[in-house]
Order: sequence, then structure tokens, then C-alpha cells
Amino acid sequence: MSKIKCQCGHENPFGTVLCEKCGRPLTDEAQKSEMVDMRYEGSARRSQTYKKSVIDKIWNFFSSVKIGVSIIIAVLATSAIGTIFPQKFYVPVSGNDPSEYLEYYERLYGTVGKLYYQLGFYDMYNSWWFKVLIGMLGTSIIIASLDRVIPLYKSLTKQRTKRHPSFMKRQRIYGASNVSDPDESFNNAEKALKDLHYKVKVEDGAILAEKNRFGRWGPYVNHTGLIIFLLGVLMRGIPGFYVDETMWIREGETREIPGAPGYLLENVDFSVETYSKGEADEVFGEAIDNNGAIVSEFKSDVKLYKEKEGSLPGSSDVEFMKEYPIIVNKPLKFDGYSIFQMDYKTGELKTMTFSLMNKKTEQSVGEFTIDLNEPAKDYDLGNGTSIELMEYYADYDGIVDGQPSSKSPIPNNPAFIFNMKTPEHPDGEKSFVAIRQTLEVEPNDYEAKFLSAETRDASGLTIRKDKTLYILLLGGIVFMIGVIQGSYWQHRRIWIQKGSGSEMLIAAHTNKNWYTLKKDLDKVKEVATLPTYTDKQDKEAVIDTTEGETK
Amino acid sequence: MDYAALSANLLLVSFIAYLVGTLFFGGAVKVSKTEKTYKDSMWGKIGIVVTIIGFVAQLGYFITRWIAAGHAPVSNMFEFTTAFSMMLVGSFILIFFIYKTPSLGLFALPIAIVIIAYASMFPREITPLIPALKSYWLTVHVITAALGESILAISAVAGLIYLAKNVDLTKKSKERFWLEAVMFTVVLVLGFVVSSTAFSLSGYEADFTYVDKNGKASEMTYNMPPLFGMSEYEQVTTDTMKPWFEMPAIVNAKTLTTFVWSLFTGIILYILIRLIFRRPIAALLQPFAKKANSQLMDEIGYRSVLIGFPVFTLGALIFAMIWAHEAWSRFWGWDPKEVWALITWLFYAAFLHLRLSQGWEGKKSAWLAVAGFVIIMFNLVAVNLIIAGLHSYA
Amino acid sequence: MDKKKKRLFIRGAILLVLAAAIIFALTSKKETKVLAVGDKAPNFELQDMNGKKVKLSDYEGQGVFLNFWGTWCPPCKKEMPYIEKHSKEFTNKGVQVLSVNIGESEFKVNTFIDQYGLTFPVLIDKNKSVSRNSYNVVPLPTTMLIDKNGVIKQIVTREMSEAEIVSLMESIQPE
Repeated sequence: MSKIKCQCGHENPFGTVLCEKCGRPLTDEAQKSEMVDMRYEGSARRSQTYKKSVIDKIWNFFSSVKIGVSIIIAVLATSAIGTIFPQKFYVPVSGNDPSEYLEYYERLYGTVGKLYYQLGFYDMYNSWWFKVLIGMLGTSIIIASLDRVIPLYKSLTKQRTKRHPSFMKRQRIYGASNVSDPDESFNNAEKALKDLHYKVKVEDGAILAEKNRFGRWGPYVNHTGLIIFLLGVLMRGIPGFYVDETMWIREGETREIPGAPGYLLENVDFSVETYSKGEADEVFGEAIDNNGAIVSEFKSDVKLYKEKEGSLPGSSDVEFMKEYPIIVNKPLKFDGYSIFQMDYKTGELKTMTFSLMNKKTEQSVGEFTIDLNEPAKDYDLGNGTSIELMEYYADYDGIVDGQPSSKSPIPNNPAFIFNMKTPEHPDGEKSFVAIRQTLEVEPNDYEAKFLSAETRDASGLTIRKDKTLYILLLGGIVFMIGVIQGSYWQHRRIWIQKGSGSEMLIAAHTNKNWYTLKKDLDKVKEVATLPTYTDKQDKEAVIDTTEGETK
Repeated sequence: MDYAALSANLLLVSFIAYLVGTLFFGGAVKVSKTEKTYKDSMWGKIGIVVTIIGFVAQLGYFITRWIAAGHAPVSNMFEFTTAFSMMLVGSFILIFFIYKTPSLGLFALPIAIVIIAYASMFPREITPLIPALKSYWLTVHVITAALGESILAISAVAGLIYLAKNVDLTKKSKERFWLEAVMFTVVLVLGFVVSSTAFSLSGYEADFTYVDKNGKASEMTYNMPPLFGMSEYEQVTTDTMKPWFEMPAIVNAKTLTTFVWSLFTGIILYILIRLIFRRPIAALLQPFAKKANSQLMDEIGYRSVLIGFPVFTLGALIFAMIWAHEAWSRFWGWDPKEVWALITWLFYAAFLHLRLSQGWEGKKSAWLAVAGFVIIMFNLVAVNLIIAGLHSYA
Repeated sequence: MDKKKKRLFIRGAILLVLAAAIIFALTSKKETKVLAVGDKAPNFELQDMNGKKVKLSDYEGQGVFLNFWGTWCPPCKKEMPYIEKHSKEFTNKGVQVLSVNIGESEFKVNTFIDQYGLTFPVLIDKNKSVSRNSYNVVPLPTTMLIDKNGVIKQIVTREMSEAEIVSLMESIQPE
């Protein structure tokens, strides 16, 4: 590819619109136009230079901002479609059976729901095409930035103070006229610009005043932040970088923490509090009246244990680490893991207390309490009276295959077979006792009568480990720095030149916020006699001034 | 001192101040003949003073309610929407002092007024915080996000002025149609306010039992005559009207009823306006927009996106992620509200790229700014009321 | 044309890395690693009903028939008599049956042992650490066939017939 040699002698890369050094328009189009396109300083974007191999073609595809914006719109549209119906992970379907999901969507949303499921929209954000779109977005960000930042950097460092008049003339803000004392104006302008905190360079009767050039790098900094963020998201796929598990743990239970081998959690106590009208002043009274009880806090008091170094899974060889009350918004944190309070269930049966009654006298001969989670075999009531627990069904489900059966190990519907040994019946009387039901083989003299029950709560916890969090945070911070840098600092340049005779030329450019640039110019004009400039894009300003003048 | 009552009064004061402020800005635009008189008119100065009084009153509402509730008043639909309108006015005041443009006030204040009126239709009692909201991140995240959104909204206001001025309303065109459609939407919101207020003043109530989408029996009270009944509904209040249609379980028939009443009232309002003035609303507004400098409006539109975008990113995405990680154990969960915040962000990112490298300025940019505001409002209104997710506390 | 080659190389490399990243994103799974056939069976230490500590590594050099079960699980109840029936003869052939109950009460497990007359070691996984974290057992019953080198030969996640049990035990019999 040949270089383009400008009249000033500078060699520009192929594709350059404005000479990197003096600013002369190099293309026919630029020469004919009244105003030149100053994006990327008219430098040669690399993508435009070579269009030969497949790699170059792919490169050029991703380098295009048009393609970039199209990808953004595509992500936007697919994301929006994903919110029409609940996504897979919010659907209350247990297990992974696809037909159940189909059934769910069809039942609730009819044919449209069925289609939504079949098109895979029900799991939009985990679909391959969504991931590919995000990947393409990342690719576009990297390539488009690389292709622009390098030429921009080159042309901003190479720019010369004295620009060619043809460059000045083609700026959006431009003015030229004769002034009475060009030298005085020139010096005053230089001083005024310095007072406005511009970096002023003077060369051969020309001023280049520049401010906030670093704002130009903002977009590239924020793109770097986005790439760091996407990289962090990608790294969660590396084994061991990311853990996401849930566990239910009842009061009094100790369980190994899923996803965190070697760590055990004991649920010491779980409690739920609601706002009561009394303590919450009159302020919340109305809301409580309207909505009923509002939960104020739920909390798991837990103890954390760790298996001792070198001990095996399952061994009871553990050491205590810490005690902590987990509430919503205050997770328990240890060794890179966090445990969150997510959910709870109250009122699961814990113990049941019975009284042994003499049926005839209707007198109690003693009481006994059964721990439903760790029942004992024998209960001594004294005076030669005792109860033997023969069988226990935690979640009694009727008779299956000729035997009483339990459908789960959770005491939802406890049933017992007691052998009641009394002085009258030293061998015992057998009785089957379930909730609201007592069966006897033969009529017994005694019966175990349900007195009371204690319940306990189960706490729903989520266990997370995410080694990428700091990477994500870094990405976020870098993005914010870049976006603030690019948005809140505008790169302004003012060129002032002495022309032939007593003529002076003035031109200015900024990447954004022309209003303040013009204000700056007006301030300079207050102290230095300079040509009146026009903003070529503001067609109405002319009308306004003439109106003002006729007044 | 009863802060809660004081708070309500202050909000009323600000509401009235904004109404008065609008009139003064209207005067400023009407009487000015030149750029200079337009910028320095007495009317405009009074307008901004009244607006500032209103803003301070609303800030007072915010602070006293904060004291009364013990938490930042941004925890339900009424509170958030009101805070949003307050910040919208705050952003306008800021921009006004940079650019001195009464036209902006003439358009921004009515929008703030409509938003406050809309907010007031939701339950206004002070609610205690549910566990998930008990965090200082509630204050940080919601206030920053609302601030970002309100600055972005200023861009839409500037865009609207640009369009009202530059769209040729004498000829039939797509642009004319859509501009009028935007105006109609505002009237629709007024329709909602008018119908809700009317029925609530009349004390209308109709109780129903119905079966929800999970097959559970539930109860519901309508505050408007029930046009649509919930799935398998049964009337509890007998002297009220019988719904015209029964809806399937996934449709919230009460919301639909409210919507249809608002639409109905809105259409009547719109027809009345057309009958009285015999012109489209956009044409009514055009003379007020004419005084604004197009280039300046374009610049304000762009500038407010530039100022608002970083604030929005920080509040609605970064702070949101940090909090979501603390409260829900994951920084991102594709909850509809989260997704729509992302959509808003992507939209403004596209806006900036189109403007920077495709040269989308003037009308195109103005349309995009208006569309951005529509997305923000969609996230506030539709996502909260229709697509319920974790954020639906209101 | 050296410069051109260099450019092509750099672009190609960048595109390749990005493509690899996308492919990684598509293929990586966030799910926890599940034990598979061919993996080394993780060692553990649990107590039997007499309070004696039992380690998997105690049976090095033998085949281990590791059965996870619950008293409330109907298929567990059905297969248990057959496992008991053949456990004795296979003990002599170098195959040891270990059964792990998932976190139930001693009372329930003891009653069950009495009812079915079980003679092999029965261990209770109180904290569910072995079943959930080490072995990731989801359905009950689950049976792991571990050979003399401690390598998992087969994983059965359903009820087994008598014939199946025999052939599975044979499959891990040391030579």
C-alpha cells in the first residue's frame, strides 16, 4: 500500500483524510466539502486499509461501528424477549424434565407459551446464540477500539501547531477577517487562553490551544473495563472458580455445606420477626392494617465448623470456626465462601409429647416425649411403667405392601407403634398411633394420648463462591473511570493564525460540548480583537443575531 | 412534630409551585422576541425562582418522610416515582443554569407534574422495609439510579422541544404521527390520574374472590367498576356491576380494568382538547418550542445523555450488582427489572455510538432521546405492574 | 511484504483467542463436578452402628460394593435382602459390602437392620458430607462399584435385581 505524501512533506498512511501533521485535506471529497469530518482526526482507520484475506475481512467486519451498534441492538432485543414470560430459573418446576417445562408454559400462556418454550426463549440467557452474541459484542469492542485508538494516538501526537488554512476553513467553527493590530491580538489571545487553562503552543505566528486531550481516551478506557468484566464472567466457567449451591438446614441440625467440602454448619436457632404495630409507632400502622403482618427480619444463628487438617469426609473430627447470625443482606463469609439467608419454612414437627392414659379411670400414669429426629427406643415412666417404641414412621403414608410406610424421612405426619408396659401388662399392649388415629389389635387398657408438640424451623441458605468478583469489580471501576473521563472532559482545541497582511484566522473544534467551547472563545474575544466566527452547524444563530441587531 | 403529615403538605406545595413555574416559563417564551430577551426575561427569572421553591419543598418532603419512616423514601412505587420527579426538576434546574433556556422549563415541569400525579395514584402510606430492602444500598442504589434516569430524561425533554420545533406539522408524515402519539401517551397518563381520582373520591369498591394462576383461591378489591373479572371470579359485593369478561388466570384483570378505564378517560380528554383547540397537541406546543435554538436543544439533549449515562451505569448497574450480590447472593440474576436496566443502558450506548460515529444528530438524535425515555418509563411502569419479578415491591 | 505478514499474524492471533473464548463460554458448565466411572473413589470415615470408625481405605485391595440408601425408600427396601443374601459369599471372594444411610436416626436404622437381618457394616452419614459433597448422590438407592484399586467401575442409580447384584459383585471381584 502506498503512502500519501502531503504538500507539507509529511507521509501519511493510506486512507488518511486529513494530513496528520498540517491538516490539509487529502481526499477529493474532503477538499470539496465545506466542513470536514473530524472523527478520529481524519486519520486512517486500519480496517479501511486492507481488504484482502479472510482474516482481514473478518477483522473489518468487527471493526465497523455499524456492526457494533447492530450487535448491541440484537442483544437488547433478545434480552427484551427474554422478559416476556418468566425464564426457566424462575419457573416453579422441580427437576429437569423438559416436558414439565413445556407443560408449564403451555398451561399458563397457551400456544404462545408453547412457542416460547420451543424456540428456546424460556432459557434465553443461557442459550448458545445469546452467548455468541455477547462474544461478538466483546470481539467488536476489542477490534473496533484497537483499530481506532492507535491511529488517533498517532495523529494527536503528530499534530502541528500551525495548520494549513484549508484545514482551518473546513472547521465547524471558523472566522477570518482583518484586524487592526494582529500582533497585539495574537499576544492577548495567547494570554487569555492560558488564563482559561488551555495548553498553548505557539509556532510561527500560529497558536494551538488545547485542553483535556485525555478525555479522548475515555472510550478506550471504558471499553477496556467492559472487556475485563466480560473476561471475569468467562472465568466463572473455570472449575473451582464458582460455586452456587442451596441447602435446607433445620434447627439443631449440623450439615456439611454443599459445595464447600470440609466445612460444616450447625443451625443453632432460626427466628422470624414481624413488625408489630406497637413498636413501629403510628408510622407503619396504616401499612400494617392494609397489608397484614410484614416480616421485618429472619435470621439463622449458626455455628461454623471445619474438618481438621488431614481428616476424612464424614469424620467427626472438626474444629469450631465461628458463630454468626445470618440475615438477609448480611451473609456469613469465610475462606472465599458466602452463605446467604434466602428462605425459610416454619413449623416442622420436632418433638411430640404423649400421656399414657388408663382408659377406665381416665387418669394419666405418666408422660413421655419423643424426639422425632432422633427417637429413643425406651421411655421409662416409673412405677414399673414404660413405653417401648417399636416402629416409627416419620411421614406416614398408609399401608404399602402390607406394611405401614413412610414416604420421606421428614416428620410431616408421624406415626408410631408403641408397646405400653404397665404393672397389669408387663409384656405390654401394642398400639399404632398416628395423628388423629389409634389402632389396636385387641382393645387395650391403656392408650398413648397426644398432648403437645414442639416445632422447629428450617432455614434455606445459598452457598456462593465467586473468585471472579474482584475481576468484575475491577472491570466496573475501569469502565466508570473511562466513561467519566470521556463524558465529563471534552477535548477542545482552538487555532489562531496570522494570515497574510493584517488578516487573522480563527478555528475551533471539540469532540463534544460546543456551547462551552464557544463561551471560551467569547471570553478570549473579550480581551483580544479576533475575527467573528460562525458555527456552521447552527443555522439559527445567524437569524438570532440579526434579530438582535435590528432591535 | 408529625413528620408524615408535614411531608405530605410539602409535596403539595411543590406540586403547586411547579404548576405556577410552568405558567411563568410559558410567559417567558411567549413575550420574548429575541434571543437576549428570551434568556434574560423577568418571566423566566420568576419561573426559575418558583421552580426552586418547589424543588426545595419537594426536597423537604423527601427529608421529612425519610425521618418519619427511618429509611430513604424510595422503597415503593409512590416513593420512587416521586423521587424521580424531584430529581427530574433538580436536573432541569442544573441544566437551566448552564444554558438559560425557559423552553426547557416549559416542557420539563409539566412532565414532572404528570409524574407526581401518577405517583400519587399508588398507595401513599409509609411501609416498613422487608428484609431484602434493609440495607444502606437501598439508599445508594436507588437514589443514584433515579438520578441517572432523571438526567437522561432531560435529554428526552430537549429532544421533544427539538422535534416540536422542527417537525413539519402542516404535512402528513410519520414524524408528525409519532410526535402526536407521544403527546397522546401523556394525555393517557392524565386519563389514568383523572379516572383513579374520580373513582377513589366516589369511594368505589367491589370485592371478588378468584383462582390465581397457581390454582389458589384469592381475594381482590377493585377500586374501579370491574370491566374484566379475574379467572373464575365470584362477586362478594353484590350491588356493584358484573364484569363484562372473565380473563384467563395469567392476566391481572384488575390492572387491565384500570388500563381500559385510563384509556377511555384519556381518549375523552384527548378528543376534548382537539375539539376545543381544533388542532393537534403537538401543533399547540409548536409556538412555544419555536423560540428555542435547535442547535442548543440538540446540544442539551446530547450533553444530558453524557452526564446521565455514567450516573445511570453506576446506580442502576454497578451499585445494583453489588447490592444484589449481598442480598440475593448473585450480582446478576436476569430479573426483568435488571434486564430492563441493561436494555436502557444498551440503548443509550447505541445512542452514543450512533451519534459519535454515524453522525446521528438533530432529529434522529432527538427521536432516540425520546425513545430512551419511553424505555425508562416502561421499566418503571410496565415492568413493575405487569412483568412482576423480585423488584415488584410496589 | 514482511509488515503485511506480521499484521496478518497479529490479527489472526487476536481473532483466534476471541473465538476460543466464545467456544469456552459455550462449552464450560458451572455445575459442580459429579463423580464418574473411572474416577478414584473419594476416601471417607464414618461410624458404624457400634461406634467403630470405618474408612473406605480399610478395604484397599478388595472390591467395595458401596450402597447409599434410606429406610423410607421403597426400592432400597426391595434390593436390601438380595444384597444381604450375597454379601457373605462375596466377602470370602474379596468383595465387601458397605452401606451408607443418609442422615437418619439410629433408631430407624437399627430397626431396619433388625428387620432385614443385615450383617454387613451399616454407616450413617449424619452430616450428609459423604453423600452430598464427596459422592454427589441424588436418587436413592445409588450403588457404586469400586474395584481393588479404588477406582469406580460402575454407578447404578436405581433398584437392582438379584441377578444384577450378583453380576455387579462379580465384576469387582479381585483376580
